[in-house]
Amino acid sequence: MSALLLEVRGLQTHYFTFGGSRIVKAVENVSFTLGEGETLGLVGESGCGKTTTCLSIVGLLPPAARVVGGEIRLNGTDLTKMSAREMGRVRGSAIGMILQDPMASLNPLFSIYTQVAEPAYYHLGMRRRSLRRRVEELLRAVRIPSPAMRMRGYPHQMSGGMRQRIVGAIALAGGPKLIIADEPTTNLDVTIQAQYLDLLMDIQLETGVALIFVTHNLGIVAKMCDRMAVMYAGRIVEMGAVRDLFNAPKHPYTKALLGSMAKLGSKEPLFAIPGQPPDLARPPPGCAFHPRCAEAMPRCATQDPEDVECGPNWTARCWLPQRAAEVVHDRADA
Amino acid sequence: MSITTAPPVIEVQAPSQVRRWVRELPLLPLLILVPFVLAAVFADFIAPYDPTEPVQGAKIFVPPFWMDGGSTATLLGTDFQGRDSLSRLIFGARVSLVVGLMGTVVAGSLGTAFGILSGYLGGWVDQAIMRLTDAWLALPALVFAIFLATVVGPSMWNIVIILGLVYWTRYARVIRGEVLSLREREYVQLAEIAGASRLRVILRHILPNVLNTAMVLASLTIGVVIIAEASLSFLGVGVPPPEPAWGLMLSEARSTLMAGNWWLTVFPGICILLVVLATQLLGDWLRIRLDPQQRNL
Amino acid sequence: MTAPMLELREVRKYFPVGTGSFLQRKTAWVKAVEGISFTIAAAETLGLIGESGCGKTTTSKLILLQERPTAGTIRFDGQDVAALKGPALMRYRRAVQVVFQDPFGSLSPRMRVGSIISEPLEIHTDLSGAAMRERVAEVLELVGLRPDVANLFPHEFSGGQRQRVAIARALATNTRLIVLDEPVSALDVSIRAQIITQLEHLQRTLGVSYLFIGHDLATVAHISHRIAVMYLGQIVETADSTELCTNPLHPYTQALLIAALPAHPDAKRERLALTGEIPSALAPPSGCRFHTRCPRAMPRCAEEVPVSRELAPGHAVACHLY
Repeated sequence: MSALLLEVRGLQTHYFTFGGSRIVKAVENVSFTLGEGETLGLVGESGCGKTTTCLSIVGLLPPAARVVGGEIRLNGTDLTKMSAREMGRVRGSAIGMILQDPMASLNPLFSIYTQVAEPAYYHLGMRRRSLRRRVEELLRAVRIPSPAMRMRGYPHQMSGGMRQRIVGAIALAGGPKLIIADEPTTNLDVTIQAQYLDLLMDIQLETGVALIFVTHNLGIVAKMCDRMAVMYAGRIVEMGAVRDLFNAPKHPYTKALLGSMAKLGSKEPLFAIPGQPPDLARPPPGCAFHPRCAEAMPRCATQDPEDVECGPNWTARCWLPQRAAEVVHDRADA
Repeated sequence: MSITTAPPVIEVQAPSQVRRWVRELPLLPLLILVPFVLAAVFADFIAPYDPTEPVQGAKIFVPPFWMDGGSTATLLGTDFQGRDSLSRLIFGARVSLVVGLMGTVVAGSLGTAFGILSGYLGGWVDQAIMRLTDAWLALPALVFAIFLATVVGPSMWNIVIILGLVYWTRYARVIRGEVLSLREREYVQLAEIAGASRLRVILRHILPNVLNTAMVLASLTIGVVIIAEASLSFLGVGVPPPEPAWGLMLSEARSTLMAGNWWLTVFPGICILLVVLATQLLGDWLRIRLDPQQRNL
Repeated sequence: MTAPMLELREVRKYFPVGTGSFLQRKTAWVKAVEGISFTIAAAETLGLIGESGCGKTTTSKLILLQERPTAGTIRFDGQDVAALKGPALMRYRRAVQVVFQDPFGSLSPRMRVGSIISEPLEIHTDLSGAAMRERVAEVLELVGLRPDVANLFPHEFSGGQRQRVAIARALATNTRLIVLDEPVSALDVSIRAQIITQLEHLQRTLGVSYLFIGHDLATVAHISHRIAVMYLGQIVETADSTELCTNPLHPYTQALLIAALPAHPDAKRERLALTGEIPSALAPPSGCRFHTRCPRAMPRCAEEVPVSRELAPGHAVACHLY
């Protein structure tokens, strides 16, 4: 069993808007772990809290948001208790981030070299020739052709796919153990996306870096991730090995998501989940998913479900598996 | 899953929204403007005396009532003809506000119209209007206004039109910019694809969406127009006497200021200051209020 | 055999890009669309798939008459669309509508949904107010919304609901062809399924045709009867959608299929043999435009432009391998 790199326990992050009169519970009691070199897929639709979870981990929440509970342990140290300066040292050296829009991540005024060199300069203390060699190495690792020439260029001279690779190089520059990628391929063309994902997998094999991949696309999870956590309304509703969840999903939302995916070459009707995601300032009582759930029971409307063990390293936050377990238990008794 | 009857979860406007809207009103500007507006509207009933006739039995240059020689019959004193200052101020509010408002409306309408035509039609229309705007802006506003006033002769409505003609250019530029970006919006394209005539697109899609900007611009520049009117009156080419206007009152009292009759210049001056300040603040509030990004902070 | 409803033949669209000063008018040309041909029949969906710069947006603009073709013809019911004027033009506009990608920009923020939907009716018909309201209610129900939402403003709806309103508007005038330009790309995954299912249902009920432009092969293949694959302004392969997914012939189509994300972690995965970036449309490669990235390129590919040939009924490819 690999060493535990990241341990998130009971994370709660709230947004305080309208002068504090309206509290949006963006992340509500989220717990997961990540081992070294592992890839975790954080799946969910917009507003489910996956981006807020990542921002909470790296300490980059907007001013209106605050971590109000729980702990985030990176190699044992609790990140929530760190000062802004300490967090600054962690970001870039231990944790790297790749965001969705490369043009927003890259500064148009600085050369590629300056931007890729920056984390190595600050966190690894590299200078001059060794720094230059490191930048070339990184650009080669992300498969930028003619790195020595390219590093003198500027972001606007590159295509979207190349820019995203450079963002990847910057994320790797400080030698992190964990990279958080938040929907990095959403704006990329299909073939460019495939090349980029292959690249990320290769880098993982070479450097052993762990990856949290945030996406709404289950296909990416199927391709890249070892484990996945499905989020809905700020909670993790199911978490486990990707194969387990694809083969026999336990939570109705996971089932619905899998059913709504179009499968290449198949004309089977798509399963459409009725309704809308809930307003997180006024969440429904009981299970957050119950108004849209095809298998809702009376209990779901009043009691918020707890995590149920469905197998080794596999949990679902739902009353259904528990009821199934109880039925089996009763039958065993009888 | 009932696709054919999937009802949307629509949030009704709760009554507390109205209360919050009331709470967010800009108090200071309204506190200043409302009395002036009321004075302008109800001048005939509020003013103690006829502003154009000397007060019976009062001397000229009577100071305000709290000073030596003042009397409570003429609260803010009298001017060089023995006319009651307070009444003149109240009627003057009517002139300033009406001219200021109407002048802004004329300028805004002209400017918005030109801006829309320029931005939406593009091509040589755009070029022509923009060059016209450039040329117009090169003219010094006040000098131009004075010239026009001396040519057409002073009267309240002439002044309104003149002010409109002088100040439309700032609207045209800004509105054109908005329209250029609106033109590319998908709902405008959709209307064009559906076969809507250009007039229809302008009236139904472009105009309602530039009104916000036009309103904010108007409230921010109404102060300028009021001061312009005051300047014209001061120079003697504004609204003709004996109709009272604050600028005119300043002009008439200028020569006697040295003799110590301060109330004849200070009070009109304060009125101009307050009204312009209030409209500026109101314009600022409106700008923040109507900008959807700023609103929820 | 009935004539196809919409027919494009050898359509080209070049955009001038001026370089040099005002006096030295040296223009370069962006060859956005370089000789494409396809047809759409009634109650059929043609999927158009391709990556950036392939010309699918330009194609939709040409069909919607936002741009005129530089060469080639577009025929609707046999009539040349570029030559339409007056009432004939209005009839075309009435029959062909569009739904755009962005649900938030597609609806005029200051108009009520009922007015947004009835606008095409106001332009093309002289129905009374009551008749229009009835039609609006009818069409809202068709797209799965309650008729009483007609009084609401767009900002009170979610993204998926707004797309439904956009679809309702596109249907208001007994439309025969709707161009759907990436209609679900900006929506959440679960809402996508709702809209795609709704669109398929509408086609079955009303017999309306779609030109479905997208970049996700699985979604496009689901809703389309036939698919045309575009690369840098040209159509490289056209086939029945199931046939395209099971037996792709053009190397680019094959690459798209390999690049498509798997539906299951255990699905067989090949490495993408495609290299490099998509070339710019300002300076497209000579001969077959795909040859610079093609894993199976031959010397001939750099010199000669391949012609589209029908290799099996309904399956046409433009490639020197065949």
